[in-house]
Amino acid sequence: MSAVTVSARTPSRTGPVRRRPHVGTHLFLIVMAVMWLIPLLWSLYTALRPKADTDKYGYFSIAGTYNLQNFIDAWNQGGFPTYFLNSVIITVPTVILTLLFASMMAFAVSRFSWKFNVTLLIMFTAGNLLPPQVLATPIFELFKLIQLPYSISDSGTLLNQLVGVIAANTGFQIGFCTFVLSNYMKAIPTELTEAARVDGAGVWTQYVRIIMPLTRPALAALATLEVIFIYNDYFWPLILIQSGNRLPVTTAINNLQGQFLSNYNLLAAGAVIIVIPTLIVYLALQRQFVAGLTLGASKG
Amino acid sequence: MTDLNPISAASVTPAPRRHLRQLTGRDRGVLGVMIGLPTIIQVILVWLPLVASVVLSFMKWDGLSFTSFHWNGLTNYTFALTQSPQFLPALLHNVVWLLFLAVIGTPLGLLLAVLLDQKIRGSRIYQSIFFLPVMLSVALIGIIWELMYSQDNGFINNLLGTAGTSGAIDWFGNANVNLWAALVAATWRHAGYIMILYLAGLKGVDPSLREAASLDGANGAQTFFRVVFPAMAPTNVIIVVITIIESLRAFDIVWVINGGNNGLELLSVLVVKYLVGETQVIGIGSAFAVVLLVISLVPIVFYLVRTFRNREI
Repeated sequence: MSAVTVSARTPSRTGPVRRRPHVGTHLFLIVMAVMWLIPLLWSLYTALRPKADTDKYGYFSIAGTYNLQNFIDAWNQGGFPTYFLNSVIITVPTVILTLLFASMMAFAVSRFSWKFNVTLLIMFTAGNLLPPQVLATPIFELFKLIQLPYSISDSGTLLNQLVGVIAANTGFQIGFCTFVLSNYMKAIPTELTEAARVDGAGVWTQYVRIIMPLTRPALAALATLEVIFIYNDYFWPLILIQSGNRLPVTTAINNLQGQFLSNYNLLAAGAVIIVIPTLIVYLALQRQFVAGLTLGASKG
Repeated sequence: MTDLNPISAASVTPAPRRHLRQLTGRDRGVLGVMIGLPTIIQVILVWLPLVASVVLSFMKWDGLSFTSFHWNGLTNYTFALTQSPQFLPALLHNVVWLLFLAVIGTPLGLLLAVLLDQKIRGSRIYQSIFFLPVMLSVALIGIIWELMYSQDNGFINNLLGTAGTSGAIDWFGNANVNLWAALVAATWRHAGYIMILYLAGLKGVDPSLREAASLDGANGAQTFFRVVFPAMAPTNVIIVVITIIESLRAFDIVWVINGGNNGLELLSVLVVKYLVGETQVIGIGSAFAVVLLVISLVPIVFYLVRTFRNREI
């Protein structure tokens, strides 16, 4: 803070009019930033301390030792490997299928004129804006009543199957991605596909060879965004999965909460473990994620 | 955030498009599949369930087979809206949720965006910090704040010095305060989300507008409220829609805290309560879903009209 104030006083910087507001702004932002970080730092801090120490000194103290034992215990007792595997099994196909179907639809509505293209795009967009709870009961009942051979599904239905969660998430996300991608594809000059058409390229070739490569920035941004969306999805597994060991990690929070209720240190360690994959994406791909978010919101 | 450039280019030139009748039969077939597959998925997983929710809300159904429906008239609605003790609290809580986000969460996000849009030292670091909770799942945010709010072990009561005493407030357990406590946790995420959208919106405002305003003698506040803010109309529409829809969708955090009971009832929670668990009554759950749907249609239609009114795709 002092460094900022000192440098702000040097005459070579901004004039006297702008100096004072900036100090106030920094003060406000620093206070807010600290408040914003406290919940995460508190979780991390609690997780680093053995329960024996926090029982003895209280949670609001600095005495005692610090180690990673809570993380090891939470990992082993919480069943994290299974949950993380389930998260991967759900997230990867959902994102791939969503982008595949959405890009095909976006290509068809944005590059060709046909009777219902605007109507369909509006309906796709509207679907994703609904609260998912509105669709939950019929989807649950539909999945319950669809009969599947036991060789495919051990429940005989689509309930309690990861593929059911993949289907529900894909259906719900296609609308949003179609909307974003159609805006993007619309701006690609017609000359490019026209030239290819003259050279004998069919519709599929235009899609695969010309439009998709040019849409790559939007696809990368959406893929990042969707990975986080699906990894963070709590609702569909809650409704569609009954066996605890089939839950993805975000919905498995329910189990952890019950299991570690009497041990805040373990609960905190579990929370930190769940944050880590998001944190990696955050550090590596924050720009992509932000681009994806604003991409969806940049039209109005 | 320079990645945004190709996106803003997206609004510049709508390309003239090819009519289907100019295509060969094979190409028309390919295009038919490319349209058909996503559309069938939407029909089965979004539009039909939506219609089914409405139909089921007028039915008595045990959910055991596709044939055991009985017409039930408005009975489900009569029960849901007048006899269910949770309906009015849930509706009220949704309204409070919306007002809280609209009065505190969203303006806070706007304020952060405006402050960070200046050439300020460390702007990117601040942005990263405020944005961090947006990446987290809402369920996880519930857990993280549970650690903050815990009656005897939480950060807040320890800070207040009440932890372990009889005066310690159980922030998530006490029905008088838990809605507000949950809203603080929700705002922790919401403000960062709004900040990012407004930062993008502010970058899209033509700088010459500001210069013109300050040449005309407008001060900072006047420039912002009279010139910059109105110039962000498209962003503002989206922010309004997002704020309303987020408060209608609110579910995960209260479900994680206590299953949406005891002061934390929401419409979305009522739908799910009648869907899972021992209280399962499909017709009543669907009636609540239709109430939620009808309210949601207001911001959705507003947004769609604003977005699609002036354009042929």
